[in-house]
Amino acid sequence: MTLLSEKPVVMRPTPATEPVLALRDVRIGNPNTGAEIVHGISLELRPGKVVGIVGESGSGKTLSCRAALGILPSNLAITSGSIEIAGTDIATLSTREWTALRGSTISAVFQDPASYLNPSIQVGPQVAEVLRVKKGLKRREARHRAIELLQAVHLRHPELVYSQYPHELSGGMLQRILIAAACAADPQILIADEATTALDVTVQAEILDLLADLRDSAGLALVVVSHDLAVVAQLCDEVLVMREGEVVEHGPTSQVLYRPEHEYTRLLIDEHEQYGLQKFVRREKAS
Amino acid sequence: MTAPVLQIRELEVHYGLRRKRRQALQGVSLDVSAGETVGLIGETGSGKSTLARAVLGLVPTSAGRIVIDGEDVSGYRQRQWRRLRRRGVVQYVFQDPLRSLDPDLTIEDSLVEPLLIQGVSRREASARARTFLDRVHLSADLLPKVPGEISGGQRQRVAVARALVTEPRLIVLDEPVSALDSANRVQVLEILKELRGSGVALVFISHDLGSVAGIADRIAVLYQGELVEVGAADAVINDPQHPYTRLLVSSAPTLRAASATRAEREELRALLSA
Repeated sequence: MTLLSEKPVVMRPTPATEPVLALRDVRIGNPNTGAEIVHGISLELRPGKVVGIVGESGSGKTLSCRAALGILPSNLAITSGSIEIAGTDIATLSTREWTALRGSTISAVFQDPASYLNPSIQVGPQVAEVLRVKKGLKRREARHRAIELLQAVHLRHPELVYSQYPHELSGGMLQRILIAAACAADPQILIADEATTALDVTVQAEILDLLADLRDSAGLALVVVSHDLAVVAQLCDEVLVMREGEVVEHGPTSQVLYRPEHEYTRLLIDEHEQYGLQKFVRREKAS
Repeated sequence: MTAPVLQIRELEVHYGLRRKRRQALQGVSLDVSAGETVGLIGETGSGKSTLARAVLGLVPTSAGRIVIDGEDVSGYRQRQWRRLRRRGVVQYVFQDPLRSLDPDLTIEDSLVEPLLIQGVSRREASARARTFLDRVHLSADLLPKVPGEISGGQRQRVAVARALVTEPRLIVLDEPVSALDSANRVQVLEILKELRGSGVALVFISHDLGSVAGIADRIAVLYQGELVEVGAADAVINDPQHPYTRLLVSSAPTLRAASATRAEREELRALLSA
């Protein structure tokens, strides 16, 4: 049914038991002023697994992801702890090695897809460029593979979409294109930071289904960052709850969301449930 | 039985000219009674905001009737619309409170302005501003501040207070809680629920089904410019009839992940695109 399973993405030989991404007590702050913003986050992510990070804006979710991508704002740095990507400690990476790693091992999609695409270039060539730079494909091969990727993210008429400009496409279509670009170089880890927040609920469901497909068919490891507990509940094996730079709860999704221990987690769930759809849906209609 | 506060009949709205002309709303009919909250759902481009703007006289309509509080406003010119809005019969709250509030005016001035325009005395207007600020559970300490100095959640509550001061018959709220975090969202929704007793009619537009299900008496579903389903909130959520409504309801993520719905969604999508 999924096109991705027909064209399996070649996995790099990371054994399924080894984490592809490991954060060990990572602290992030401003080394000049000594101000600390993230007070220690730890997680281990294995191939085909999904970890969710929830919390309100300003809780440190996005900064933690940016640290793992090596794109912290210039005034911030990892002040202690370590991050390993596919067995490599990122502290040892040169700028050139970072560039090689980003896209081909770890990749990301963010909330506002339009701002990550060049508005004056057709979208297809922007995906093809990733393939030429990261995979060394020739122009024609890159185009061919880019169209396959557009098809793999369930865009109808991929050849037509290939030569369209960002402004001609909807937000959901642009987010699919960014996912295609992010997965073009067969990364092992994809970070989805509020990737469905700005989308309509029907489109959000499609994107979440697509991420689940990528996990299942390509063994992609996912980090799903969202302020929406329900989004995290759809996909994640385990969840971290962050507040003001601190991880207040971390465990399997079934435990954190259904048997929360920290009062902050309980508060988030209460607020969610007060106007969550499930409150208004009657349990089990007679079938 | 009194007449509905808002009556919309066979409303049509078009955007663009000649060859670029396209239909934004088609044959929309909807009533909203005093004290009733009608939730309007549908996705981007379905016409939700166009309908809100038409009711506020902010977009020209090409056919159909709009009656507000017994007054047929269908053929109104800009000047007549301005007079109607100034009387404070219809009010609005948008997603971004900075659009409903003047960033240079203090909260007090924002609240008293609509009353001063109506000829209410400064002293009476100030007293009412305090009353309505209290109604949205905000302290009078905020009165001398400007919108930039208060939080987003407080701003949206000020925008609701401002919509209330003229004691309107109808308030149109276009995604009023979409930009708020969950704590503020709950607070604003609770305030809107408390308004029911006051007899004001609310049109509540949101893409968030949970919010709509939580405060609406009835839900109207817009799809590609047409109302495809209107019914009691509980019925629309639990027994949706139109495939698009079913797709919307089955797409909304819930804390309890339902695995069976994916196949169902794909079936509904196929049905809709057929």
